[in-house]
Amino acid sequence: MSECVVPTLTSAEVVASKSLLPQGWKADMSNLAGLDLTLCAMELLRRTTSRLPQDVIDALVQGRDAEEPGSRAFNTLNDMVRNIILADGNVSPLCQDTGSIIFWVRHPFGFSQRAARKQLRAAVMDATKRSWLRPNCVESLSGKNSGTNMDPFHEHHPAIHFEEWDQPHIEVSVMQKGGGSENVGAQYRLPDAILGAGRDIKGVRKCIIDAVVKAQGQGCSPGILGVSIGGDRVTGWERAKELVLRKLGTANPDPKMDAFEKELTRDLNTLGIGPMGYGGATTVLGVSAEEMYRHPASFYVSIAYMCWSSRRGTLTLAADGQPSYDL
Amino acid sequence: MIRLTTPITEEAIRQLKVGDEVLLNGNVVLSRDMGHKFMKEQKPDWLKPILENMVIYHCGPVVRKNADGTWTFVAAGPTTSIREEPYQADVIETYKVRGVIGKGGMGKKTSEGLQKTGAVYLHATGGAGSLLAERVKRVVDVKMLEEFGSPEAFWIIEVEDFPLVVTMDSHGGSLHEIVAQQSQDRAKALMA
Repeated sequence: MSECVVPTLTSAEVVASKSLLPQGWKADMSNLAGLDLTLCAMELLRRTTSRLPQDVIDALVQGRDAEEPGSRAFNTLNDMVRNIILADGNVSPLCQDTGSIIFWVRHPFGFSQRAARKQLRAAVMDATKRSWLRPNCVESLSGKNSGTNMDPFHEHHPAIHFEEWDQPHIEVSVMQKGGGSENVGAQYRLPDAILGAGRDIKGVRKCIIDAVVKAQGQGCSPGILGVSIGGDRVTGWERAKELVLRKLGTANPDPKMDAFEKELTRDLNTLGIGPMGYGGATTVLGVSAEEMYRHPASFYVSIAYMCWSSRRGTLTLAADGQPSYDL
Repeated sequence: MIRLTTPITEEAIRQLKVGDEVLLNGNVVLSRDMGHKFMKEQKPDWLKPILENMVIYHCGPVVRKNADGTWTFVAAGPTTSIREEPYQADVIETYKVRGVIGKGGMGKKTSEGLQKTGAVYLHATGGAGSLLAERVKRVVDVKMLEEFGSPEAFWIIEVEDFPLVVTMDSHGGSLHEIVAQQSQDRAKALMA
């Protein structure tokens, strides 16, 4: 039981050979308004649902190797690695909770957001038909499942964030955010008398520790945290979630925040919660924190908790229309 | 490693202790949020023969319907159990359920229910959807699929060597309570 499972995934060539895109497919960037993202977005979902980003795999393996061989924490992390290999090989969902689907689209002037929304919705609907995604969109009060992953009235699921930018290429990032991890996210308002947390970095630290302790294993630890300091209730949450897209192991551009993240990660891993809350030294895989501006009266700390199965990826359509996928 | 096959006797369940590793075989019944609310509020009789001495699994699978009308489980890991805390003890008692599979553990009320009826909480690795789907031999039946939708329906599946750990036993033991207590103590020191 205590052998170290090596996470050998299928090669980039094999992944490409299973692609939905015809060989040599390119987007026609000379006609941005007429662009069709459906197929390349489906391909993005095929990859994100079945294959974890390499930085996440590396962090899980590093965590496993630091646990005592044969311990429950070690075995659990080993099972996670086994699961990663299987899902990749079978092109099947890593987890049955394929999450809420959240897109971030960055595009040049001339691109149609209305058309892209339709195409991304079509991509999600088709990925659901192919059993790559579970139908995860239900009417709140009745619990009735739309069956298609579509929110038929207000178009809030899948969630799509658009931004026009000053670049010639298009980027589509996606996150599959599981419900269990979403439930253990938390937003604090400082000062917090119960935690004894003031409006300073020490107070922020207390909020994060508190959120991780309250989460225990219920968000499928080891977790990945996106933390925004400031903003309002909505912008803070949005930013916190987007921070989960940052690759593990990449330094925060703000050296002070980088040091804060590293120290906090070390400290959180002394809590003893461990993988799935079984106990152990791997409670979080990383923290991405960012300071925002805020209203003088408000001080929010928003903590997005992502499960170990952090399914995210980015499709880039280069200026010449060449697609590439980064997971 | 302990091999158990459903249906399970109370006697066999009472022997299990926190930390025991179990390989489960036989039929298990999937149920989560809608199913638990339904079971507690409506207590339908037709579920009694399906659940007596059986195991409930907190899971909303990804399924695929095959050309011949049968179903295949594509991904089938556990969902967070604590959401069923208001219902679980009643469900266990009403239907004489011997085990509950899930993730994250459950609270005091469920622990009391486990002790009273003679049942255990079995922990599966969260997120291991592909790995656990491989241990599903076949889909035996499904109830309330139309009404609840596929993630919430009562799927009845046959599993083979389904890997689990007892984290709450029928004697009041809970690994989750121990880890929570220790981590709270450590958090106090980190916040000081």
